[in-house]
Amino acid sequence: MDIMKLLNALPSAVSQGLIWGLMAIGVYITFRILDVSDLTVDGSIATGGAVAAILIINGWNVYAALLAAFVVGMLCGLVTGMFHTFFGIPAILSGILTQLALYSVNLRILGNKANVALSVNKFRLLLSSRNVRALTLENPILILVVFGVFLVGVLYWFFGTELGCSMRATGANRNMSRAQGINTDKNIVLSLMLANGIVALAGALLAQYQGFADVGMGRGAIVIGLAAVIIGEVMFAKVFRNFALKLLAVIIGAMIYYIVIQVVLWLGLNTNDLKLLTALVVAVFLAAPHWKAKYLAGREQGKGRDGRA
Amino acid sequence: MTAVLKINHIAKTFNPGTITEKKALTDVHLHLEPGDFVTVIGGNGAGKSTMLNAVAGVFPVDHGTISIDGVDVTHLPEHKRAAYLGRVFQDPMTGTAATMNIEENMALAMRRGEKRGLRWGISAMEREMYREQLSKLGLGLENRMSSKVGLLSGGQRQALTLLMATMRTPKLLLLDEHTAALDPKTAAKVLELSEMIIAKQKLTAMMITHNMRDAIAMGNRLIMMHEGRIVVDVRGEHKASLTREDLMGLFEKAAGKELDGDKLLLS
Ligand SMILES: Nc1ncnc2c1ncn2[C@@H]1O[C@H](COP(=O)(O)OP(=O)(O)OP(=O)(O)O)[C@@H](O)[C@H]1O
Ligand SMILES: [Mg+2]
Repeated sequence: MDIMKLLNALPSAVSQGLIWGLMAIGVYITFRILDVSDLTVDGSIATGGAVAAILIINGWNVYAALLAAFVVGMLCGLVTGMFHTFFGIPAILSGILTQLALYSVNLRILGNKANVALSVNKFRLLLSSRNVRALTLENPILILVVFGVFLVGVLYWFFGTELGCSMRATGANRNMSRAQGINTDKNIVLSLMLANGIVALAGALLAQYQGFADVGMGRGAIVIGLAAVIIGEVMFAKVFRNFALKLLAVIIGAMIYYIVIQVVLWLGLNTNDLKLLTALVVAVFLAAPHWKAKYLAGREQGKGRDGRA
Repeated sequence: MTAVLKINHIAKTFNPGTITEKKALTDVHLHLEPGDFVTVIGGNGAGKSTMLNAVAGVFPVDHGTISIDGVDVTHLPEHKRAAYLGRVFQDPMTGTAATMNIEENMALAMRRGEKRGLRWGISAMEREMYREQLSKLGLGLENRMSSKVGLLSGGQRQALTLLMATMRTPKLLLLDEHTAALDPKTAAKVLELSEMIIAKQKLTAMMITHNMRDAIAMGNRLIMMHEGRIVVDVRGEHKASLTREDLMGLFEKAAGKELDGDKLLLS
């Protein structure tokens, strides 16, 4: 095993981690702030990638294309939000319905093709995996760090405003929120829109980074997003109390996830087994609080058994 | 004077047309004058909570109308009616957002009935005001304003919820067994606070209780519900001189059967 091979792969792992970290912030908004598991993201990340790719190919400026991807992502969230609030469909099912519908929509956007190339040679892109080791301003790591810091800053501000606070309250306690005059349905829809806008934005960055948009690029996105959220929480819950730092922890969580993936691949894991491994890891971390509580409860009764909490 | 609350012949049946169909309110008619403090008693399932929830707009009613302070709210959604109401619930978990801190919870309540835009969610001036109001509760919460509400005890949470419900003077305060989940000493303290706030701000209020002694001792009016109707309504002088025995007699006359004091009204 050649350690140089691993080191060489690290910059790419970090870049991917940063992109998926942005996506995971969308997941954090629904899963942690709104307290809803939104499965729209598997579709909306690909929608973001497809929209940006097609627009750039048609001569749009990259920033305009990113903005368009964000807006279209918000529309995806709007659909899920309406399914859930207006039509009363359970949140998870609403997300699955939108995700399924988006598969067809994404194929349409891509001109009935499964994928579309977006070469950095032909178009002015914001970032590309080609520059991942370049020591210039075009290095995607640098660009993505700027993006991440900007996004965290904007969200820190937003969730501190009256509207943002009412959205956090909606996630924390729907009954209390309504009793305090908060339109919870509106806030649920808004949160889903914001989250999917961010997810689609990450998709637009991912398509540029990898040089193509693909209908399947979002498969399992929710699980990667959850992995990032949970790894971030497990590693930094004790030190990061501030909201901005919690968001930062999500991005770092995604980076750790991709670095670990890189390491296990280097250790010889078959790429085809990656999703299986990811699902297992996320399942273990999701189960951890439950089992920890059980273990502690058991210890209360049995007393005297040693071991750490 | 116009009535603060007009409940005009409302009816509510849950799950109509199914085997779980339940007539929770058959024909409830009640008008409250400004400053009325009504205690509400009645057995389990009598419809007390359903009546309060109908006023709050938790669900639409089948018949009748409800108006608050002259405004017909029958078709307003819950979050819009909140502008007129202060509410405290039986479960201390219901009234506050556990994952948000004390001052954030208060700032949410302070904006009840207002548009929530992109201004900052809490100002330094507000913070000082909250500190002062919390200190009046005498629970030391003024020194824990940035603690998560989830860390507070049930009694502390209920006192905070009460403060949040009344900080912006509501047209009507709705208390649904808000001390039932507390230990006797804490319950007494929260009741005392409620009475003090209602008197000081001259609030119009409805308080559901299972404690007959509290129902008799507090407020200027008492109603008793039975099978979805108001069967007893006493006020003024009459209410002031009311005894437990009077109440049982009134109930028997109205409901046409003997009242099992211990089962129906835990005192
Ligand atoms: N959301 C609901 N769906 C179906 N049935 C309900 C609902 N809410 C209340 N009920 C039923 O309506 C009846 C009246 O309930 P309500 O909660 O108003 O009683 P209550 O007088 O508050 O009783 P308690 O003293 O036990 O709180 C009960 O039979 C109850 O089971
Ligand atoms: Mg009740």
